[in-house]
Amino acid sequence: METEIDDPKFTRRMFNTGATAAGLSFIMTACGPKRLYEAPQALLRQRIQEMEEQYKENLDVNVKVSDAQPIPGVQFAYALDLSRCIGCRRCVYACVDENNQSRDPQIHWIKVFSMDKEKGVDFTNADPYYHPETVPEDGHFYIPVACQQCENPPCVKVCPTGATWKEKDGIVVIDYDWCIGCRYCMAACPYGARHFNWTTPSIPKEQINTNTHYLGNRPRPQGVVEKCTFCIQRTRAGRYPACVEVCPVGARKFGNLLDRNSEIRYIIEHKRVLVLKEELNTVPKFFYFYAT
Amino acid sequence: MPHENAGNTTQNTAETLRLISGFARGRLTLIRRGNRSYGIWLAFLGVLIVSGILAWSGQVRHGLGLTAMRDQVSWGFYIGNFTFLVGVAAAAVVLVIPAYVYDWKPIREIVIYGELLAICAITMCLMFVTVDIGRPDRFWHLIPPLGHLNFPSSILAWDVVVLNLYFLVNLIVASHILYRAFHGKHYMKHVVVPLVLLSIPMAVGIHTVTAFLYNGLAARPYWNSSILAPQFIASAFCSGPAILLVVFQVLRKFTSFEIKDEAIHKIAELMAYAMFLNLFLHGAEAFKEFYSNTEHLLYTRYWYLGLGGHHTLVPYAWAAVFLNVLAFALFIVPSWRRRWVLLNIGCLATYAGVYIEKGMGLIIPGLTPDTLGEIYEYYPTITELRVAAGIFAVGFLLFTLMLKVAVPITLGEFRGKEKMAVADGSAGVPALAGH
Repeated sequence: METEIDDPKFTRRMFNTGATAAGLSFIMTACGPKRLYEAPQALLRQRIQEMEEQYKENLDVNVKVSDAQPIPGVQFAYALDLSRCIGCRRCVYACVDENNQSRDPQIHWIKVFSMDKEKGVDFTNADPYYHPETVPEDGHFYIPVACQQCENPPCVKVCPTGATWKEKDGIVVIDYDWCIGCRYCMAACPYGARHFNWTTPSIPKEQINTNTHYLGNRPRPQGVVEKCTFCIQRTRAGRYPACVEVCPVGARKFGNLLDRNSEIRYIIEHKRVLVLKEELNTVPKFFYFYAT
Repeated sequence: MPHENAGNTTQNTAETLRLISGFARGRLTLIRRGNRSYGIWLAFLGVLIVSGILAWSGQVRHGLGLTAMRDQVSWGFYIGNFTFLVGVAAAAVVLVIPAYVYDWKPIREIVIYGELLAICAITMCLMFVTVDIGRPDRFWHLIPPLGHLNFPSSILAWDVVVLNLYFLVNLIVASHILYRAFHGKHYMKHVVVPLVLLSIPMAVGIHTVTAFLYNGLAARPYWNSSILAPQFIASAFCSGPAILLVVFQVLRKFTSFEIKDEAIHKIAELMAYAMFLNLFLHGAEAFKEFYSNTEHLLYTRYWYLGLGGHHTLVPYAWAAVFLNVLAFALFIVPSWRRRWVLLNIGCLATYAGVYIEKGMGLIIPGLTPDTLGEIYEYYPTITELRVAAGIFAVGFLLFTLMLKVAVPITLGEFRGKEKMAVADGSAGVPALAGH
């Protein structure tokens, strides 16, 4: 044995092989897929399994993480009837429950603004913290705002690490494992749609929604940004977003922009429709309309 | 023959190593030398650094919730300081331009100190960004090939690139000059001059890119104004030299470092012009906002007048205006800038004025009210102040140690015992003493 080890050829070969292997594995790691954005299917499966194991270990909950991909021929869009909305904020809390938003500190992906009917759509004079005994209040109307799922998302443009992108079905998503928390996207978003985990998010164990998606409502860590994903875990499985389901007055509409017979197309073609901050050329896929 | 070559290479490498280690040991010797006040100064910085590290480690554990930043105002004191310091770093070359372009010798002797300042300022910039991000453990996500840099789409990616390049260029030039001077040689002109000339457009570049970082965001009307980049450059050309002028006087008092009064007054004069431009651009912006009186006036109004019951920042806004006007007056009148007391008041006023307007005055009104009209009044917490003080202390410490090394070496008072073996025709000229 000793002679073998002392044999210069043997050790040199061993060294060469080891160095080549180390070098190659470094290059492969370095050049291989790093973000969920570019992970091939097999790797994605593996990453998702790791996520599920980590949730089991850290939260002691069996979280199911889906990797459902965009459905071909589908572009999601949203419409909200301003003449119907009564400002009850049921959508806000349904969203919190569905999408595992932190309860302490509170994170709300939907923010509802109370506006003065005399002033019209005017955010400068709007109140997001209204709390009357009952809604709607006389002389007021309400505008819920969440991510507008822009066709030209400024947040995606500015992200320095490519941790956020627009999926083929139009949903703007975030890779929570790749985001460095620089918050440039929050400065760039004209709709205040992006929210940061300023501390470790906390949700009572029994309230965690275990039906999740890897780009959507799976529990997030401290120090990363999160936002509305049109309930990607639901909508890619053919269901409505939680806010659409919970709305007591039917103000919220959702569907496929590419389907000529969809309700969303009917609304856009027949109703008075507006988008927020049209002049910024973000081209939102979230439409506000007046049905009556 | 091959063997002989190999032998030579080994010998040369050993020689180089010997020279470098001599340089390193020399630096250590210089750093250790110092009187009582030097010791007290270092101890003071040490205390601030330890306090900063403790505050930051708390922030890493508990999250950025320990700062006053929230979703409404998602950037604050850290990014403000970052922006200000990019300006300081860029302005180091305001000295380089007259020195090399006009071959004006009195300033050329002090160019290296501007470069050392740039190195320290960029170090602080990078530290301010590091403490601001939510996941400092993931900073490598920015560095290809391990990470992914969203270049050229993200202006932040551009900033990462230009800041690091600028840092490298200054580091190379400064170490080269000092290394050669330490061994009693003049710096190699064909290395230094092109790099110094390159650093001029780069300095303008780092500040322009940093301005574009904000400028490009249509969501924030306060930043989305094409006057922003020129204004950044103008204010930077005030604040960087303001620090250097004070440093030069301190050095002149405590070391045998010499600088002609003429050079100091010339720099003060240049600062007056830069400050005039800065004030003019601010005036142009204020006129456009107030006269056209669109909904975009909100942010400017928040800074100068306050909105509703919210006017936390108003005193700072007017303090900045007052300080900048004061500095301009003191520097533009020749007889005033020649009086040392007034000159130093002018420097402090410039430094403070630009610090306010380029720091908090840029970031906070940019984000207040937020994009949906909500007003959250930001004011930094103790954690933020401690972390920031710690970073400034690191910067000052670095600058102190660098000066401690650079001054005696460039003055030719401290030399390495190792002789440079290779003769290259530029023997024995004390560094930076001109040609």
